[in-house]
Amino acid sequence: MTTDAPQPLLSVRDLHVAFRSRRSTVRAVRGVNLDLAPGRTLALVGESGSGKSTTGLAVLGLLPPGAQVTGGHVTLAGRDLTALRERAWRTVRGREIGFVPQDPMVSLNPVRRVGHQVAEVLLIHGLAEDRKAAHARAVDLLADAGLPEPAEVARTLPHELSGGMCQRVLIAIALAGRPKLLIADEPTSALDVTVQRRILDHLETVTEQHGTALLLITHDLSVAADRADEIAVMSRGEIVERGPGHRVLTAPAHPYTRELVAAVPDMTAAPAAPAPAGPPLLEVRGLRRSFDGGRTAAVDGVGFTLAAGGSLGIVGESGSGKSTTAQLVLRLDRPDAGTITFDGHDLGSLGPAALRRLRRDIQPVFQDPYGSLDPRFTVAQSIAEPLRAYRTTGRRGRQRRVAELLDLVRLPATAAGRRPAELSGGQRQRVSIARALALTPRLLVLDEPVSALDVSVQASVLDLLAELRAGFGLSYLFISHDLAVVRQVCDRVAVMRRGRIVETGPVARVFDHPGHPYTQELLSAIPGRRARTPQPG
Amino acid sequence: MRRYVLVRLANGLIVLWAALSLSFLVLHLVPGDPVSIMLRSAGGGDPVGVDRAQADALRAELGLDRPLYAQYADFVSRALTLDFGTSFGTGDEVAAMLGRALPSTLELATASLLLTAVLGVAAALAATLAPWAPLRNAVLSGTVAGISLPSFWTAILLIQVFSFGLGWFPAYGDSDTSRLVLPAIALALPSAGVLAQLLAKGLRMALAEPYVRTARAKGAGRLRTVWTHAFRNASIPALTMLGMMIGNILAGAIITETVFARAGIGRLTADAIADQDFPVIRAIIFLAGALYVVVNLAVDLIYPKVDPRIVLQPA
Repeated sequence: MTTDAPQPLLSVRDLHVAFRSRRSTVRAVRGVNLDLAPGRTLALVGESGSGKSTTGLAVLGLLPPGAQVTGGHVTLAGRDLTALRERAWRTVRGREIGFVPQDPMVSLNPVRRVGHQVAEVLLIHGLAEDRKAAHARAVDLLADAGLPEPAEVARTLPHELSGGMCQRVLIAIALAGRPKLLIADEPTSALDVTVQRRILDHLETVTEQHGTALLLITHDLSVAADRADEIAVMSRGEIVERGPGHRVLTAPAHPYTRELVAAVPDMTAAPAAPAPAGPPLLEVRGLRRSFDGGRTAAVDGVGFTLAAGGSLGIVGESGSGKSTTAQLVLRLDRPDAGTITFDGHDLGSLGPAALRRLRRDIQPVFQDPYGSLDPRFTVAQSIAEPLRAYRTTGRRGRQRRVAELLDLVRLPATAAGRRPAELSGGQRQRVSIARALALTPRLLVLDEPVSALDVSVQASVLDLLAELRAGFGLSYLFISHDLAVVRQVCDRVAVMRRGRIVETGPVARVFDHPGHPYTQELLSAIPGRRARTPQPG
Repeated sequence: MRRYVLVRLANGLIVLWAALSLSFLVLHLVPGDPVSIMLRSAGGGDPVGVDRAQADALRAELGLDRPLYAQYADFVSRALTLDFGTSFGTGDEVAAMLGRALPSTLELATASLLLTAVLGVAAALAATLAPWAPLRNAVLSGTVAGISLPSFWTAILLIQVFSFGLGWFPAYGDSDTSRLVLPAIALALPSAGVLAQLLAKGLRMALAEPYVRTARAKGAGRLRTVWTHAFRNASIPALTMLGMMIGNILAGAIITETVFARAGIGRLTADAIADQDFPVIRAIIFLAGALYVVVNLAVDLIYPKVDPRIVLQPA
């Protein structure tokens, strides 16, 4: 805490939170101290399981069942919140503390109109004379949250809105009671970078306008550094480092923070591998795929070439058609028009038997390592499944191959007997990669393979992918929303927007000298620029 | 909307046609000759003594000597005008018999459906909102009891306690409203149990959703979170079940009306089956089919009111 900071609004002293179950007690938060002054922003940064969200929920008195504050105090404007009874909490939540949740698409009641959900805050706290006044005020609040045509939006249901719009509605809800403190738990993690930037800009403006204090909980060090006056880094329930954003990002003091900073893919580093000049392995021409009986074109005239041994990144925001493109290349879906040529074979003209032979060469790795592994298969069964499907070897041979593959993806041999639920996210993704490699393919189609992982885990999986590519001469088609990740593992990149490729070229050229305005917008939306350019504050 | 209802009604007609055809076939699939059954019923004895000419005359009168397709066409076309012929047993018009029995059963079905809804919702809310965990569990165990106790047994128990014991309600008959209470309870208990369990589970799942946390972060109390946020999201499966419950209530009415001596469709069904009175059985199958079609259409029309995301579209 700096010496010129005013009297803290929120003060957390030696907070302990434990999750109790019949079998065990997990101490999720262990002796956390925080101070937040009015109008200031404090970012709580950490990886999954660090206790950052639990800390936020404890301040809000909304710990999940089984979790309990086991020690310490939370004080808001001089009032000890830890001593409050449920009835008193109701006058604090929504009125003195606003909350912006993580996943906007599921955080609004799906069956009630948006306007009702905003007006509800005013009605609960008696901030409007009647329903009619509350609704009129709700429309104003939606307008303040930056939603166009707020009266229309008030009449919609949440599923009719985009993720970014839902998050604006949630911000309107959080601010409706004019709270002194706003807790935002990963407010933009589920959103595209350009949307993320606009939402964070908006949060910054409103907190400045009303002098609201903001407790920003995030896994993203760059976001924290950009937006917060001060950063507190959490690891295993404790705060390991705190300081001004710029300092923490550029000169981390604690070893854990240093690791965290190093793991963040860097947009300024030189791209990894140079583009190889092999013959084209995959050629895509004029690809088109539409849904809703032709009304929405998800992929609209996409074409690209991937050289043998090359790594092509396809970047874009949600709805850009990048995943549909991956599905088409994997032949999990058929295009309406266009050709996909793999190693001289036109995928569209192949019969079932020939296509099946070709599938050995093109293998997928998906985003959600939990959802893409059968929960009842052991790791060995999952990895061996392609081998069984293609009857490559007998049982003994499969066992040998599974052991080889586990070793290749740096998993211990003992992992073979475990099930997905017993593995961490990073380990699961390694299993998916091992499974994809089982048939010694030539092309891996990776659809957001590291998006669900913590940065430190992400870094190690990316290293593994780079090693495998160099070691086996693999080619990658790498789908990602994260430009920094693509920069690290790809030598060429195609930028997609609304079903079309707007720009394509070598990674260094596209990222350092973007030609298309959309690419420029994407690049400038990446968080961390503000904090890295040396500026006081 | 209007198109949706029309398409659904057209589908309903197909269902009714199928029900009619099956009920027509039943007569020709069961062992025994309808004429001999009829003569046995009428004579109350062994059909062997009936002379052949008499049987043939009856067969011709009923049109049973004609080819099967002609009988079928005749049956369907008459069913469309709600003419189901005359009862083998009593010789009365089947439509008139049904008309006499229907009010009593409708009264019972409506009462027990209302009771199912009230008891089911109350138990689900109690199992969710009660401030003490053992109490919540006790309510949930109660719903299991409601489902597992056979209704003929609860019916007898209710008569023993409230009628013979306490004398609060009459034990049988259907002449006035006080006689409706016990059978309605007996009929409602199992379905209320199922409804309560479905709703309680739905509420439990809905309360774990992120939007409930949003509601609590607004400052909403327990009652508001459950009633305005969780309940509507939890009630769709319960509504579906309530629609299917209509069938159970008809089936349950067979037992309940017999135990409580009510002259309704249930009793009529039991008697008709015992006497192999095919015209009556056919008419009841048709009635049950029609009821299913109408009730499920009604339930489908209610869905969008509960969950506005549901848009009615003809399949």
